[in-house]
Amino acid sequence: MIHSLFLINCSGDIFLEKHWKSVVSQSVCDYFFEAQEKAVDVENVPPVISTPHHYLISIYRDKIFFVSVIQTEVPPLFVIEFLHRVADTFQDYFGECSETAIKDNVVIVYELLEEMLDNGFPLATESNILKELIKPPTILRSVVNSITGSSNVGDTLPTGQLSNIPWRRAGVKYTNNEAYFDVIEEIDAIIDKSGSTVFAEIQGVIDSCIKLSGMPDLFLSFMNPRLLDDVSFHPCIRFKRWESERVLSFIPPDGNFRLISYRVSSQNLVAIPVYVKHLISFKENSSSGRFDVTIGPKQNMGKTVEGVVMTVHMPKAVLNMNLTATQGSYTFDPVTKVLTWDVGKITPQKLPNLKGIVNLQSGAPKPEENPSLNIQFKIQQLAISGLKVNRLDMYGEKYKPFKGVKYITKAGKFQVRT
Amino acid sequence: MAASPAYGEEKGGSSSLGEPEYGHDPASGGIFASDYKRHDDLKEMLDSNKDSLKLEAMKRIVAMIARGKNASDLFPAVVKNVACKNIEVKKLVYVYLVRYAEEQQDLALLSISTFQRGLKDPNQLIRASALRVLSSIRVPIIVPIMMLAIKEAASDMSPYVRKTAAHAIPKLYSLDSDQKDQLIEVIEKLLADKTTLVAGSVVMAFEEVCPERIDLIHKNYRKLCNLLIDVEEWGQVVIINMLTRYARTQFLSPNQNESLLEESAEKAFYGSEEEDTKDAKAEAASLAKRKPYVMDPDHRLLLRNTKPLLQSRNAAVVMAVAQLYFHLAPKAEVGVIAKALVRLLRSHSEVQYVVLQNVATMSIKRRGMFEPYLKSFYIRSTDPTQIKILKLEVLTNLANETNISTILREFQTYIRSMDKDFVAATIQAIGRCATNIGKVRDTCLNGLVQLLSNRDELVVAESVVVIKKLLQMQPAQHSEIIKHMAKLTDNIQVPMARASILWLIGEYCEHVPKIAPDVLRKMAKSFTNEEDIVKLQVINLAAKLYLTNSKQSKLLTQYVLNLAKYDQNYDIRDRARFIRQLIVPTEKSGALNKYAKKLFLAQKPAPILESSFKDRDHFQLGSLSHLLNAKAVGYQELPDWPDEAPDPSVRNVEVPEWTKCTSREKRKEKVEKPFYSDSEGESGPTESADSEPESDSEESGSSSSSGTSSSSSEEEEEEEEEEEEEGSGQQSEDKEGEEEEEKRKKRKEKGGPRKASPRSMGSEEEEEAEGKKVKKAAGPQGKKGHAETSSEEASASESITPPPPQPVPSSNIISTSLVTDLEGLTLTDTSLAPALLSPAFGAVRTYELLHRMAGEGLSVEYCFSRRPFPGDPHMVAVQIQISNNTDAEVKSLRVSEPKLLAGMRIQEFPEIESLAPGDTASVVMGIDFCDSTQAANFQLCTHTRHFYVSIQPPVGELMAPVFMSENEFRKEQGKLTGMSEITEKLTLPEKCRSDHAIVQQVTSAANVGRVPCGADNEYRFAAKTVTSGSLVLITLEWREGAAAQLTVNSEKMVIGTMLVKDIIQALAQ
Repeated sequence: MIHSLFLINCSGDIFLEKHWKSVVSQSVCDYFFEAQEKAVDVENVPPVISTPHHYLISIYRDKIFFVSVIQTEVPPLFVIEFLHRVADTFQDYFGECSETAIKDNVVIVYELLEEMLDNGFPLATESNILKELIKPPTILRSVVNSITGSSNVGDTLPTGQLSNIPWRRAGVKYTNNEAYFDVIEEIDAIIDKSGSTVFAEIQGVIDSCIKLSGMPDLFLSFMNPRLLDDVSFHPCIRFKRWESERVLSFIPPDGNFRLISYRVSSQNLVAIPVYVKHLISFKENSSSGRFDVTIGPKQNMGKTVEGVVMTVHMPKAVLNMNLTATQGSYTFDPVTKVLTWDVGKITPQKLPNLKGIVNLQSGAPKPEENPSLNIQFKIQQLAISGLKVNRLDMYGEKYKPFKGVKYITKAGKFQVRT
Repeated sequence: MAASPAYGEEKGGSSSLGEPEYGHDPASGGIFASDYKRHDDLKEMLDSNKDSLKLEAMKRIVAMIARGKNASDLFPAVVKNVACKNIEVKKLVYVYLVRYAEEQQDLALLSISTFQRGLKDPNQLIRASALRVLSSIRVPIIVPIMMLAIKEAASDMSPYVRKTAAHAIPKLYSLDSDQKDQLIEVIEKLLADKTTLVAGSVVMAFEEVCPERIDLIHKNYRKLCNLLIDVEEWGQVVIINMLTRYARTQFLSPNQNESLLEESAEKAFYGSEEEDTKDAKAEAASLAKRKPYVMDPDHRLLLRNTKPLLQSRNAAVVMAVAQLYFHLAPKAEVGVIAKALVRLLRSHSEVQYVVLQNVATMSIKRRGMFEPYLKSFYIRSTDPTQIKILKLEVLTNLANETNISTILREFQTYIRSMDKDFVAATIQAIGRCATNIGKVRDTCLNGLVQLLSNRDELVVAESVVVIKKLLQMQPAQHSEIIKHMAKLTDNIQVPMARASILWLIGEYCEHVPKIAPDVLRKMAKSFTNEEDIVKLQVINLAAKLYLTNSKQSKLLTQYVLNLAKYDQNYDIRDRARFIRQLIVPTEKSGALNKYAKKLFLAQKPAPILESSFKDRDHFQLGSLSHLLNAKAVGYQELPDWPDEAPDPSVRNVEVPEWTKCTSREKRKEKVEKPFYSDSEGESGPTESADSEPESDSEESGSSSSSGTSSSSSEEEEEEEEEEEEEGSGQQSEDKEGEEEEEKRKKRKEKGGPRKASPRSMGSEEEEEAEGKKVKKAAGPQGKKGHAETSSEEASASESITPPPPQPVPSSNIISTSLVTDLEGLTLTDTSLAPALLSPAFGAVRTYELLHRMAGEGLSVEYCFSRRPFPGDPHMVAVQIQISNNTDAEVKSLRVSEPKLLAGMRIQEFPEIESLAPGDTASVVMGIDFCDSTQAANFQLCTHTRHFYVSIQPPVGELMAPVFMSENEFRKEQGKLTGMSEITEKLTLPEKCRSDHAIVQQVTSAANVGRVPCGADNEYRFAAKTVTSGSLVLITLEWREGAAAQLTVNSEKMVIGTMLVKDIIQALAQ
């Protein structure tokens, strides 16, 4: 399936290549560069490129292009999903998936790639199995290894590989047994010019950090499971139990993982926690315009809205902006034309406001469109959909774990059209 | 080969001999070596006997390989270390070997013996990795060794090694395709493997080596379906794709009847005449051979087992299931995939890109599916352009009369975007909406005309092109617009737009007689500076004007043609010459001249603007070929459905003795299913006989292979035939009935393979019904058909549970409830989940749908058969009995134009071709009432008449019985207190004071299952509503004398209240 993989950085250097079958020359990447040039913007490079002898399927993650070379028919999502899994694994191993991290750990990267694919077909992608085969680098381990001469590579088959719960290894031991669940909900919304909601939807995930000894069998129930409309599960969750009883029953992987992601049924009205008052105008035949934006809280259920950041992609004709913010600070990058306003916490008594003058290129026509405002915010201790975890039970182990649930609401793709 | 180990050892020996020479300070040499010598010191390090040095050297070499630098000259030094004890060194040497062995084949052979030794290692990881590397070395000379190793590994104890063997198969195949036959043998062997670990890999090997050998799958089909959920995600994708193809060759199209209906409906709108006749023929042909479609249980098994995977976190798996449903599922069921696909739109942008491409294709064919998610395709200014354009495509496909105003309002916002490519695409989308939906054509046109004054030239140009297409549809009304556009020629520079304007003016020059010559004058002036397409249109305009208005334009035309005659482009020169001959009358020019006007100014059909995604669905969705819209290398064509289904018995599997179950009770549950048992109507956890691979395997928690447990239980199902025999040995009474059953089966099998596979059967009761059906087909049957049970069937059911003495007609009810009790005993320990029961089959009340008088001799009655509706568990099965009391044949009886409330759905019965006078036919249709007692209105059509009819379900029919233990019942009841609990006191009449009378009355009033109860004077029943699956729990407490108290617990309060009323009424009778 996957023939070769090239990692390419933003400036077009191929800094890593790996072949699973016969070697494919680097020159195949020229087709990719060609497409990249044509696309202007990195995010517009088509993920699938057809060349005379090969197909190139690529993803763009953390300023690196992962370009895979394919020779025969294969579902494109299969490759894309796999490449993202590779990037996730790098992230997991090195803390970041950057060019330097990969270059510094090139041997581990190579060993990982070797284990993840065999002859182009995925072999072991579960991080738990990989970590038993190839231990992640830590400073302590590298010191110990250089002294004792032991290696980073395991010599027995990981237990997970053969069991029917490949995501968990046997014999996990912790002195403090803890299970934390973060219910994170994101509001995706498009607000139109007049402030009414064109589209709003809540997407949520439950990220877990589970450090429990042995083979715990967990059982998580919700107060209002019917809120969850469309759910995708980590493989550990027993689907039938969810179908019949709407509870999550699972033997968890060890460590951090995403338990479920869900969408709240669209019938429910979404409470939009902030409102934006805006006045952006460009005068005809003069090289200036006005900019005045106020953000205020709305329907926030008694919680404070914090971490508010507004980013605006201003039209190309904008030269500079002279603004004053009543709260927080703003920056305008004249090259990318991005205005960022870091507001911080919203206090209802004194609404944050950003106001001032926009300088346009003289002679350029007045911009057609007002830019749309992208808003980010965070509300702690609140799941905007009202989802509540009822209880967590554990079977199969004797000890009493420490349990915790945290709720956060965030803005997802939250856009205000002006 | 025998010599090579010795040689390898010798080498090892020599290196250790040579070691003291390098030994003292190799590290410093390694670090400070200059460039040209660097490889030398790497060699030195590799030759040392310190593992840490070797490791360091190998790491540096691997880093070189990673950067794409050539390290092949180190081959001899590296290959020596293949037997190194240090596992990391060894692994890195493997990496090196696999990379360079192809270039240095002779030297690579030195390493083979090490791998051969590794293949015998007691550690499975070492065995596996030896095989991996051995098979990855692309050296043709070792093909026989590889073949041997693969064969051996294919029967290894460790499933991991077997998996590796499966991976090795395509490697060997690509190295030497002559080995195909032998490899197929190995594949066949591994396909029979029961572990989930192997399944994905071997199917992948199958796909690469012998995708055409579909016959290898037959025996493993059911196993693969059942293992699927436990296979690792990548394997799932491959298996699902392969099974899609398999199903296309083995089963009949589930939509064959519907597609016909749909076609005839669509014809009214789009059909051209020739298509009409063609269709009519096709219809006639298929009418002749059409028979009620029954889905093959194996087909259903596949659909059922893949559905949960829509919830996978892996986008590729979701997409694979989605394409499977799109290609294989009945139309009514395809909708489930929309939600999952929309979910993927939150994922990475590459995933979005691929998903949107597929959604675009799907939305053309199945628009309704994505309509509820319209807003999810709204575009954000931050989306990448390629995503925006795809979303736009989907939005356009989804546009229809009802949502067009919302969509156009969205488009209005998009037009002001800063992303000009996107704006251009939006304008085209508006054009498409306008052509497809006549209602908004004028609105769109006006909007586009406004865009003509836009400041951006690209926008204007695009609008011009689209307006041109729109105007062609109704030119007469729009001379104003044409005039407006004529003015634009002064400003607009985009060639395509200029050409479009010129063509428009030429085509409709009669509508703008004053302006047209003037435009030509201007164009003649600038002719030499125009682009080629514009020049061609100038010539065109000139010719048309010459023909219509030669007085004003004769000279101009001459001038233009002269200019064109000396143009650089030969196309233009040709065109000029051709047109001059055609329009200017000379002696030489023949008869054509007379027809020049007709030639140039003929009515031209308006262009149809259609999606570029149309007809892409002949590629398997989700495939690379679909994405590229071109056949990729190695693409396996998705075959068309066969006309006749191949023999389904090829999928039957013989099963070894030990899997037979011993428990009498367990056996009984399953024996009651017919051979091809498939519980399609029931939902997942109901099938106690079916394996529940997920929970089974997870709960076992051991490291044993998860596959065996589930697959064996799956096979249990398949050897029911044997069991039946065994059972008849144990219980002689059984025998008669079952032999009868056997005979019937054979009879049916003769009739044709399709009929042989019965629909969903949960229990014996249903077989009786099946039996009845056969009889019904034989002759007409009275309306109390269900009450009479044939002696043979009665004996079968009685032999299992001798019924207590009771009034005759309801013998079934009691036996069912006893069966329930028995099942309760066996099941309480094993399953926590409440299981849906096969419904009680009591005295069934029939209702009138169409009276004989109203129906002009056609009388129709219906009853609720209380069986799960095959095909959709959310539907209530309604049995409809149609009798023809007229003296003429009634033809093409069918359901049409259902008028339903939101959410309700109807699955019509297959059309009845004809009904002879005096005959009675019985059909089943499914209605999803959405858990409400609102009536479903529809028309019953014959070839002559339409009758408006409606079916209103009694509340008791909106549920299906559910099995639960007493404890579960209490637990569930505890959850449904407060608002969800309805209690009513009642007095039981004299005749209703016996146990069975109460049970009978309650079960006749509602489709509920009895729940065992410890207390004497308490009766419990449980059911689930059909659509939403909410529990309905009924408790009847009989106090002293006639007093009693009825409690209903249900989340659905309306249903609860109505049910209480109904039951009380039933008991009071």
